[in-house]
Amino acid sequence: MSIPEPSGFFIQGVLNGAPHSLVIGPFGFLFGVVATEAGLSIFETLSFSVLVVAGAAQLTALELMQDNTPTVIVILSALALNLRMALYSASLTPHLGTARFWQRAAVAYSLVDQSYATSILQYENNPEMTMPQKLTFFFGVAASVIPVWYLLTFLGALVGQSIPTDIPLDFATPLTFIALLAPLLRSLPHILAALASVIAGLLFHTMPYNLGIMLAGVIGMSVGAWSEQREFGEHHR
Amino acid sequence: MNFAQDSNIWLVIWALGLGTFGLRFLFLGLVGDRKMPVWVLRHLRYTAVGLLPGLIAPMVLWPDATGGMLDWPRLIAAIVTLAVGYKTKNIFAAILLGGICLYTIGQMV
Repeated sequence: MSIPEPSGFFIQGVLNGAPHSLVIGPFGFLFGVVATEAGLSIFETLSFSVLVVAGAAQLTALELMQDNTPTVIVILSALALNLRMALYSASLTPHLGTARFWQRAAVAYSLVDQSYATSILQYENNPEMTMPQKLTFFFGVAASVIPVWYLLTFLGALVGQSIPTDIPLDFATPLTFIALLAPLLRSLPHILAALASVIAGLLFHTMPYNLGIMLAGVIGMSVGAWSEQREFGEHHR
Repeated sequence: MNFAQDSNIWLVIWALGLGTFGLRFLFLGLVGDRKMPVWVLRHLRYTAVGLLPGLIAPMVLWPDATGGMLDWPRLIAAIVTLAVGYKTKNIFAAILLGGICLYTIGQMV
């Protein structure tokens, strides 16, 4: 098997990211529609998507603002939902931590669920990739999903109410995550981690500020790591 | 429901934007290429599989769109997506078949 040129990794990233733009697109569109219906201008709506780049947090903030929630609580709640981004950042550090400062800042800006999941899947399946190749791949994924996020937010804000209501767009995110996770369930530690996370996520669902998601993440990771150590010993990989 | 006049909207946008960037940059930017302990790396291998199921499980069983009531089209679509994704490892096919399931079953009930 020949090793592709760096530009090959960019194109591969674009291609691997492309299916996610089909999910990010409708999500951005949905945000555009919801935000303008809530009274935001097109400029405010687009600024929201460009500066925050986190659909679930943006929708949460919108909903809370309409409930007359104190601004501090709005910000803290939406940020709590984004705490998982810190875990993504930590997870990518062994792969991209040696990149230049501005490159790491650019990765950080475009670190969303889809670019993270696509990249970490690629890195885990191809451990022979070098850091520059991994970086190029990441930017390829980002180039195929981030502009779609901006564009569809803008279109959603323009189109407003004319969206057909019989398409359950809310379910695009769970379906995408399930499709991303299913191939990862290849070993006992992965399966146990996912199961523990599901149980914890359901048990702690009613915790305020979405703290239950963080707790589920910590429990799921701990169960995976514990199971790996039990199955493969102390110095696996 | 109109809060467009409220100047707090820009406070929320900027605070969320900067705060979220901070979270994304925390480890990549500050930890950089420093070596991390084996046990940290072992935990990090399970970030996706440990975190995302807990995020989506309530969305599958108690969707906000149905006021938190169990919704068969959504549940069946989720199971189909999981099965296709596991069997074929084709993310796109899994999302597509799950989405078709969700739409067609949703039209029937």
